[in-house]
This record gives sequence, structure tokens and C-alpha cells, in this order.
Amino acid sequence: MSNTIPCRKMFTDTLLELAQQDPEIVAVTTDARGSVTLDAFAQQLPGQFVELGIAEQNAVGVAAGLASVGKKTFVCGPACFYVARSLEQVKVDVAYSANPVKILGVSGGVSYGALGFSHHSLHDIAVLRTFPTIQVVLPSDARQTRRLVQQLVDYPHPVYVRVGRNAVPDVYGDDDFSFTIGKANKLTDGNDITLIGTGETVWHCLQAATRLKEQGVAARVIDMHTLKPFDSEAVLEALRETGTILTVEEHSVSGGLGSCVAELMAQEGMGKLKILGIPDEAPIHAKPLEIFHHYGIDADGIYTSALALLGK
Amino acid sequence: MNNTALSRSKELQIKAEEIRRRVIEIIYSAKGGHTGGSLSSVDLQTLLYFHVLNIDPQQPDMPGRDRFILSKGHSVEALYATLAARGFVSQETLDTYGQYNSPLAGHPTKKTPGVELNSGALGHGLSVGVGMAIGARMSGMHYRTFVLMGDGEQGEGSIYEAAMAAGHYQLGSLVAIIDRNTLQISGRTEEVMGLEPMRERWSSFGWEVQEVDGNDMDALLATFGALDFRNQVPKLIIARTVKGKGVSFMEDGAKWHHGVPSEEQYKTAIAEINERIKRLQS
Repeated sequence: MSNTIPCRKMFTDTLLELAQQDPEIVAVTTDARGSVTLDAFAQQLPGQFVELGIAEQNAVGVAAGLASVGKKTFVCGPACFYVARSLEQVKVDVAYSANPVKILGVSGGVSYGALGFSHHSLHDIAVLRTFPTIQVVLPSDARQTRRLVQQLVDYPHPVYVRVGRNAVPDVYGDDDFSFTIGKANKLTDGNDITLIGTGETVWHCLQAATRLKEQGVAARVIDMHTLKPFDSEAVLEALRETGTILTVEEHSVSGGLGSCVAELMAQEGMGKLKILGIPDEAPIHAKPLEIFHHYGIDADGIYTSALALLGK
Repeated sequence: MNNTALSRSKELQIKAEEIRRRVIEIIYSAKGGHTGGSLSSVDLQTLLYFHVLNIDPQQPDMPGRDRFILSKGHSVEALYATLAARGFVSQETLDTYGQYNSPLAGHPTKKTPGVELNSGALGHGLSVGVGMAIGARMSGMHYRTFVLMGDGEQGEGSIYEAAMAAGHYQLGSLVAIIDRNTLQISGRTEEVMGLEPMRERWSSFGWEVQEVDGNDMDALLATFGALDFRNQVPKLIIARTVKGKGVSFMEDGAKWHHGVPSEEQYKTAIAEINERIKRLQS
């Protein structure tokens, strides 16, 4: 079950494979070909590769220009910079101008661990879901990432994708699963509580669900890979059938997955909710999984919070 | 200059004055707009849309068209009036400017035929233009990309990221133009934040730089006509202009950056322009 390919590498390997057949695919980066794992792409398809140096604002603008003249454009670099340094270009040149650029933000969330808050991207969902036209996807494992890239190439909307730095365990053990942008995946059935994760937290939700089952708690697990457009129906169904929701995200507790669910629940006037994520502080300096543990967004923390939420 | 060139210049001057008149009309009617920078750039935008750009109002999305980006998006009244004169939008649509739910926003949007980028935030257009120019080269197409920027806009650092990339990639099909009217909203550019020596700055990024009187149609025709698109060097034209050009009491005053004329001022402005058109036609 263990996987050794980071999602960023699965993304770029798949992109290279597709780009070899489709000369309209272009990759743009900002001195990040190593961290994004675009070396092979740059070597094999130099005519479809644009290096712009450490200049994220320019890179996003250039990507918008390429997309506007018909190139299937992927601008790839650390998530922390694209959704902060070049945020206005994302807002105006990509989202507002509806240029169907695909932004691959790698090493997102707390992937950079002890490198500190400058390198974390714990605000990206909150910000981008308020920009009309752009969509937001956090795939949960390598197989889903591959499926996502295949759908993105001819996808007519701008999309922001966030993946982590390290390899993550498989959520999907084989290729027999469905994946559609905007449609959440129900991974386990259960009517006592629903655990909703996004990106890397989905696997932790699954682990917690296994342990909860040993305690006689049937937890439904939902992989909310797409934050925008948000699959409200999957959440409403879970509410109707389980009544209690625990959301788990590698993101600020403000404005992300938990907020999406809370906004829906408040307006529908139903259910009970707990939001797990990073509180309003610069996270502790530690390895990513240690940070997950510290803030209770790993399997242990989810397990404990779920029992507490159920009063057990 | 031969007779044909002379008459071409005169034709464009008349067109520019007609567009200038429409700029004043729509700003007066909307009771808002960026008057000064629209007027300074009218001659440039007229030249581009009526003489330089390979475009077709019947096919605004023609794949091989030249691209034009108004990076100084606030000079949108001049753009809309020019697009209307060139047939991209109707004069009736132009008259809706400033009205509730008009299709014409206060900064350019792609909803208007002929507009390539939603602009308004400064310092974005050149990067997008670099992307368009790289895209043309990748596709083996020969269209050219023109980006009109303001001089106050030159304070935005992203412009120099784009300038560096254009030099690095030797984008000979890219033409940047600076509407050098020497004024920004707070006053003289050189007092707000010095921009000189502009020519040397851009040359050092690998650009071919030319200066021209941006309100002189003869000079503009000569400068744009001499651009050599066979070389691999990005081109900058520093167009020395007068903010508020063409309306005597608006010229060279920062307060007309987004000043709106009173009824009396409106009448005076229109009369001045009409007088010039009459003279040009005689």
C-alpha cells in the first residue's frame, strides 16, 4: 500500500507523458524545476518549457498570456509563492480574465516543515475560493493526482492545484475509482459520524475511521478533493445520514474546508460540526507529520476529536 | 513625406480628434472617468487601431491577429471610443458607458470585443504580452504584441521582471509603449518616484528604445513604420505626450487625472475639438 512517488512527481510525470503527444501543452516555472520535478520535462521538451527565473508575478502573467493564445498552460512552483507573491496576477490575469491556466502549487500546506511560515501555504483555499472562475483542487494521493492531470489538460477553466512535498500513502489502492473535478468521493460508509478530509488529510481520516470502527463507531469518510466548485450535495447527504461532521485540513481553520461546510450547515440549519486545522498562529517548527500531530490533524488527533464530538 | 503619407497622417489626425470628442462626451455623460490619461493616449490608440494593428472588427478573435493590451487600463475611455470608431462595438453601446449594468466596465474587460485582457491593476500587461509573444513563437505564428503602459505605472516592479524575460527570450515581436505624460495622480512622476533615465534602464534590459512625440501623428507614423520586426530585440517606444492633450484647460494638470468637466467646460472642450477638426478638414 505504501507509495514512494510524491504527488508533485506524479503530476509532472503525467504532464510530460501527455505533452509528448500534445505540443500545445506548456510548462512554466520560476527556478523551481527541481522542487517541482520538471527537470525531465525541460530536458525532453525544451520547446514547450518556459523558465522565468525567480519572478512569480511575471510567471503567472506570462502563463495567462500563453493560455490566452491557446496554449494549455501549467505554471508550476511552490504553493506559498504563487498564492501570495503573485496573488494579484492570479486574481486579475488568470481568474478575472478567465484564462484557463493551471497553477500547480507544490510543497503546499506545511510541507516545508521547519522552514517556517514564509514557506507555508495555509491560506490558499480561503483566498482562492473567493475569486470567481478559478477552481481549487487538493488531490489526496498519487493515483488521483494522475487522474486529475489527465482531466486538466483540456479543462476550460483556471484551476489551482495544491500538492505536498513528500510521498503520501495510497488512498486509492488501484485504478478502479472514479474522479471528477467538483464531485466528492465517499470512501467508506458509516452513519455515526462523517470525516471529511482534503489533500493529505484524507488518508489520516481513513486511518482514524479504522480505529473508530474498533470502538464501534461507523465513520463515513469523504475525500473532498475539490474545494471549488464545492460538492454541497455530498455534505448535505452526510448530514442527513450521519448528523455529525468532522472536517480535517492542512490549512488555517479560517476560510478553508471547515468554513465551506460550516457555511452550508449554518444556512441549512442542521447538524453538528468540528473543524480541525491550523489555528491562527505561525505553526511550530517541526517536520510536517509532527506538525500534523501537534495540531491534531493526523489519525490520532482525528480519532480523539471524533470520539469527543460524539461524547464518547 | 509624400502626399499619400501626408493625407494618411491627416486622416488619422481627424480620426483621433473625433475619438477625443467621444472621450469627452462619454466621460461627461458618465460623470466619471480617467480623462487626462485617456486624452494623452488617444493619438497612440488611434494610430494602433487604424494603422498598425492587423485586426478585423468582423473577426475579433482571428487567430493571427496582432495583440494589443491596454496595461494602463484606466485609459479605457480612449480604448472604448477607439474600438467604437473601428467598429468593434457600436456607438450606441459606447453611449451606455457609466450607466447601470453597462457592458462597458470602468476598466477594460474581455466582454468587449477586441479587448484581450481584463486590466486595471497596474504592472500586469507586459507579462501577459511576453506570454503572448512566446506563444506566437512556439506556434510559428507571426502576429505582433503591443502593450501600452502608463509612466506612473513604471513604479510597479513586475514590469521589470517582464522586461528581463523579454530581453532574455529575445522577443522581437513585442512592442511596449510608455505614455510618458510626466504626471501621475499625485503630481509629477519625477517628484513622486523618479523614473529617469528611462531609456538607459530599458536599454540595459536588452530593449531597443526609441523616443517620439506621442501626440504628433507624423512622428508616430514614422517611428512605428520604422520598427524592424525581423530582428530579435524587444522594442520600447517612449511616447512623450501631454496629459489632457487636446483640451486647453486640461493639458498638463494632474487634477484632470480623473477630473470630470462641468457643463461649461464640456461645451468649451467640444468646441475646441470641433474647431480643430474643421481646420484639419479644410
